[in-house]
Amino acid sequence: MATLAARLRSFTAGDLFYSFRRSRTTVLATTVLALMMLGALLAPLVAPHDPFDIASLSLLDSELPPAWMEGSNPAYWLGTDTQARDVFSSILYGLRISLFVGAASVLLAAVLGVFLGLVGGYFGGLLDAVIMRVADVLLSFPAILVALLINGVLRGILPAGQQESAALIVLVLSIGLTNWVQYARTVRGSTLVERQREYVQAARTIGVGSLRIMRAHILPNVLGPVLVIATINLGMAVLTEATLSFLGVGMPATMPSLGTLIRVGNEYLFSGIWWVVIFPSATLAILVLAVNLLGDWLRDALNPKLR
Amino acid sequence: MTRTMSLAARRPAGTAPLLEVSDLRKHFALPRPFLNRVLQAEQHQLVRAVDGIDFTIERGKTLSLVGESGCGKSTVAKLVMGLIGTTSGRIVFDGVDLSHAPAGAPAKLRRRMQMIFQDPYASLNPRWRVRDIIAEPLQTYRLCASRAEETREVDRLLEFVGLNAKDGDKFPHEFSGGQRQRISIARAISTKPDFLVCDEPTSALDVSVQAQILNLMREMQRELGLTYLFISHDLAVVNFMADWIGVMYLGRLVELAPAETVFASPQHPYTRLLLDTIPDLTMARRGREPVAGEVPNPIDPPPGCHFHPRCPFAESRCRSEPPQLRETVLGASTACHAVEEGRLPPAVASGFAGGAIPTDGAHLLGKIAPPDQQLVG
Repeated sequence: MATLAARLRSFTAGDLFYSFRRSRTTVLATTVLALMMLGALLAPLVAPHDPFDIASLSLLDSELPPAWMEGSNPAYWLGTDTQARDVFSSILYGLRISLFVGAASVLLAAVLGVFLGLVGGYFGGLLDAVIMRVADVLLSFPAILVALLINGVLRGILPAGQQESAALIVLVLSIGLTNWVQYARTVRGSTLVERQREYVQAARTIGVGSLRIMRAHILPNVLGPVLVIATINLGMAVLTEATLSFLGVGMPATMPSLGTLIRVGNEYLFSGIWWVVIFPSATLAILVLAVNLLGDWLRDALNPKLR
Repeated sequence: MTRTMSLAARRPAGTAPLLEVSDLRKHFALPRPFLNRVLQAEQHQLVRAVDGIDFTIERGKTLSLVGESGCGKSTVAKLVMGLIGTTSGRIVFDGVDLSHAPAGAPAKLRRRMQMIFQDPYASLNPRWRVRDIIAEPLQTYRLCASRAEETREVDRLLEFVGLNAKDGDKFPHEFSGGQRQRISIARAISTKPDFLVCDEPTSALDVSVQAQILNLMREMQRELGLTYLFISHDLAVVNFMADWIGVMYLGRLVELAPAETVFASPQHPYTRLLLDTIPDLTMARRGREPVAGEVPNPIDPPPGCHFHPRCPFAESRCRSEPPQLRETVLGASTACHAVEEGRLPPAVASGFAGGAIPTDGAHLLGKIAPPDQQLVG
């Protein structure tokens, strides 16, 4: 406990926290992001309605406008959709899925990319060449195409009845398997530098095994840039998920993410029910903006040349 | 190969040298891109970083390899430690051939040979605490039975190299260059080695700290009976440390001799040139030959004796036939046609060496610190 308090003290006294406090944009972005994450995490507790509880829905409440407009019901703050589902609650639940897919796929991509980059950079030779050529091939296509391809293949493998329930895992896999390249390249580059440093040679002369050298010596020294990429990529992953869902190959309408909400709402845009699509879209835009602002700050704050 | 055998056979057991290196070679390939090879008919290029060198180091003695940058001396250090593989030749440590053994294997022998690196800022992992850095060899070779014993041993090592046991909990960046080199030394001697490869251990330090580190290393040699392969380009440092000196030029040994012989009567023209570059007060009256020329490109070294373009005594034989290392005077060996044919003028005893070789490092310390501060980190 004492060490935890001491660590917290040394963190709040440190350069990183100082730079954080100084940047109002970053503080605001972090606050917004924290609120969104909290809302998503606690959606079942904070959402005023359960949009998936069909018994509680009444078609009489459908297509209600937001609370400040005429003919609205104050119980539905951001209005309701054609199925009488509360838009605000839908957004909270959608945010939950979007953020989960984003975080899980970033985690998958980072773990995979860091591992492959570390192994390729440390051992070099044929292994390195194979990993990097695969990476080059992946990079030569737009990420969304690769994600669509992996998505299609994974769905093809699954039995017909399983597709909807496995949509979440399929999405995480297809986005994660697309995005590892950036991590692998960054980590490989740093590993090539670090493995020539004398502390690695010292470990080798001591007789430390390759795996331990990679894990204990090189990994901690190459993780800095990975943190920055992961933060910026979180925004990208959420967007990719939204795009896939918008194209109809992501989350099903029964378990909507922000992208699904936008796709479904989009169909009613011209019939005047604009709130069904605008509010999820705005949420997505604000979320990605906040994540990117945080990532930009982190990149600059961790770059010793910009201090 | 037979040569190593016969060398070993001539000596009675027990006095066999600790390290024997024979005909050691390391060639690095410089691959050219595929298209350049096809379209411009470029060949793969070869750098002969180490091109056939032989030496032995007796137990408890120090052999120093000297030479300009790029002469291959650090490559020899890495070859001996197994950090890079040999192209050919033999490295025999205590009777066992290690020329194809990677770093750290076989553990039983590699435990007995450790290395001190040149750059104390790069040789310690910046994310590790000093205690963990020094304990790593202890853990790798399982030298301590318990955690408590390991802690005691690390404390003892820290104090042995002139640091405080409390320093173990700090990070490397909290120390000065000299203190970091002490940490590096503590790590190297933690496995109780017999043999240390020191790759320019003081060249990154300022002069006052150099003397402290060198004194520590001499003290270690006396107390622990260590054998050193000491690599340096600084002849003042070499003069203080070495029993034997090997002078390298472009991957070859040009002179291998007892230290006092090298300083008293240097044979090879390159050795003389190196000694002439040492600034010394007593040399002020002597006309000094400025160092002529530069080290040639190692990708395409001159034929014959590599040194001939810079050598004032070069003849046509030197341009065509590489000289062999041959015994000359006082147990010294020189690879030079001119020395062999006796057409060199007798060596001018340089002021640096002329009978007044300081043997206690006083010439280093005298300039910079009173002797009683030698070991204060």
